Amino acid sequence: MAISSSSQGTRRRVAVAPGTRPQKAVRNASSGGPVIEFRGVCKRYTSGDTGLDQATFSVDREEFVFLVGSTGSGKSTVMRLLIKELDPTEGTIRVAGHDLADITRKRVPYYRRNIGVVFQDYKLLPNRTVYDNVAYALQVTGGKRREIRNKVPDILRLTGLSTKLHNYPDQLSGGEQQRVSIARAFVNHPPLLLADEPTGNLDPETSIDIMRLLYRINRTGTTILVASHDQTMVDKMRRRVLELSRGRIVRDEATGLYARDETTREFAQRLRNPGGRPEGV
Amino acid sequence: MRIGFFLREAMRAMRRSAAPSFAALATVVVTLIVLGVFIPIVQATKGAANTVRGRVEVDVYMKSSATAADDARVHKELLGIQNVKSVLFVSKEQAYKQQAAQDPQAYALLASNPLPDTFHVIPDNPGNVLLVRKALMPRTPSGGTLMIDPAIQNISNHTDDTKKILEVTNLVTITAALLTVLLTLASILLIGNTIRLSLYARRREVEVMKLVGATDWFIRWPFVIEGIIVGALGALLAIGILGVTKVALLDPLANSWTLIAAPRTIPFELLVLVLLGAGVGVSALGSGISLRRFLRV
Repeated sequence: MAISSSSQGTRRRVAVAPGTRPQKAVRNASSGGPVIEFRGVCKRYTSGDTGLDQATFSVDREEFVFLVGSTGSGKSTVMRLLIKELDPTEGTIRVAGHDLADITRKRVPYYRRNIGVVFQDYKLLPNRTVYDNVAYALQVTGGKRREIRNKVPDILRLTGLSTKLHNYPDQLSGGEQQRVSIARAFVNHPPLLLADEPTGNLDPETSIDIMRLLYRINRTGTTILVASHDQTMVDKMRRRVLELSRGRIVRDEATGLYARDETTREFAQRLRNPGGRPEGV
Repeated sequence: MRIGFFLREAMRAMRRSAAPSFAALATVVVTLIVLGVFIPIVQATKGAANTVRGRVEVDVYMKSSATAADDARVHKELLGIQNVKSVLFVSKEQAYKQQAAQDPQAYALLASNPLPDTFHVIPDNPGNVLLVRKALMPRTPSGGTLMIDPAIQNISNHTDDTKKILEVTNLVTITAALLTVLLTLASILLIGNTIRLSLYARRREVEVMKLVGATDWFIRWPFVIEGIIVGALGALLAIGILGVTKVALLDPLANSWTLIAAPRTIPFELLVLVLLGAGVGVSALGSGISLRRFLRV
């Protein structure tokens, strides 16, 4: 936990003290509104398929939200709309108060730098080392060399990849590759992190590690939206769940069950077996 | 810092995907060698065609009774005609000397000089030769033709030959121009296609770059620089091969065989510049433009 708390102290962008449990009203007041807001969003593809149908929901700052549903239910459409890879057919999407329709094509890269994205297939650059993959996210924003030299090892330590700095992606296991992808998504400390099926290709034990890492990032004040069809994992996490079916929001459970200030260790333990053995880091 | 970064990115890309880079390089080399051989050949052909066309002229023969004053007057009249570039006067004595030198036996039998004073009228443009001829023999209202000066005996009549020469040389020039255009087009398409293929192999990489927030030009510059490097390297290789070939094969031949040296072709230095420019320009532009469709993420 030393790592995650140091990362909170030095690199957080969100001005909320760690470990606090802000109420919804308080959060809204401090952030000036939800981070994500979908209002009557429809997406119809040119092929005639409906990706999203009248979806309305909002996600507040520092929330950890699951987006569930079977394949084709519209989870990925939500993600792709959020990074403005797609534009909605109807309705408005606001991120941190900005209407995405107002972002011109030219400004899209700058918008994307405020959002970390993690994919099921990792999407790492194959001809770059772990270090260079993470550094690229900083180079894109015009980061200075010294800044990169400082930040990259930090974030790789946080994600447990310190020994793999100079490996290429094809020399890593799936779980390690996903960690690199998360490190890359988080190195700029975006206020919002999207993960599209981050554990889709991983075994249960590795999935827990990844979820734990995401939870750790969430605790630094980053809003996290995870698309997943791993029902048991979602149930165990006891976080807010948005369920999509054929492009419609059919369930929005803002579970009050979970303890927001549990440590990542407790969190992981609960995921493995509720009430079971303790585990090493 | 930025330029250094882009340069390093380009070098890294070439190192890590050596095979496509080599394919692009080889394409540039082969295409430029073909172009480098073809340009002088086209020029030599055009030069030869123009030399033939340059021989197209109108000969004006004076009457044998023409005096020096007549000659001077006709000379002035000829120079006054439109489309005439120059007029060359050959006196009967000069003509006799030339002909006698060619065939001394035949001319030894002649008691006197049968040759007339002659003017060689050269048109400004071979295509205008028939106009000049017409101006020398204006039509009378009654339908016949008349010489513009009474001292003129005859005007050479090679209308058919002249027409043939003009047609053939025109065809040669047009064919050469067409081939040049086709070859240039083929070169551009070939190089462009090779670049496209190597970009296609890396389209996922471009997609990822866009997703982490890289601007189009941030992604594009390394590709353009890579194109410049590949183009320049390919052009230098092609020029080297052409240069060696020129020194080893063509120059010795030119010394012993005047035909090759005769037509004026493009100077080698200029050819080098053209090839270098073409190689670098096409591959840099090709990279930048071909990337467009992969940047739409």
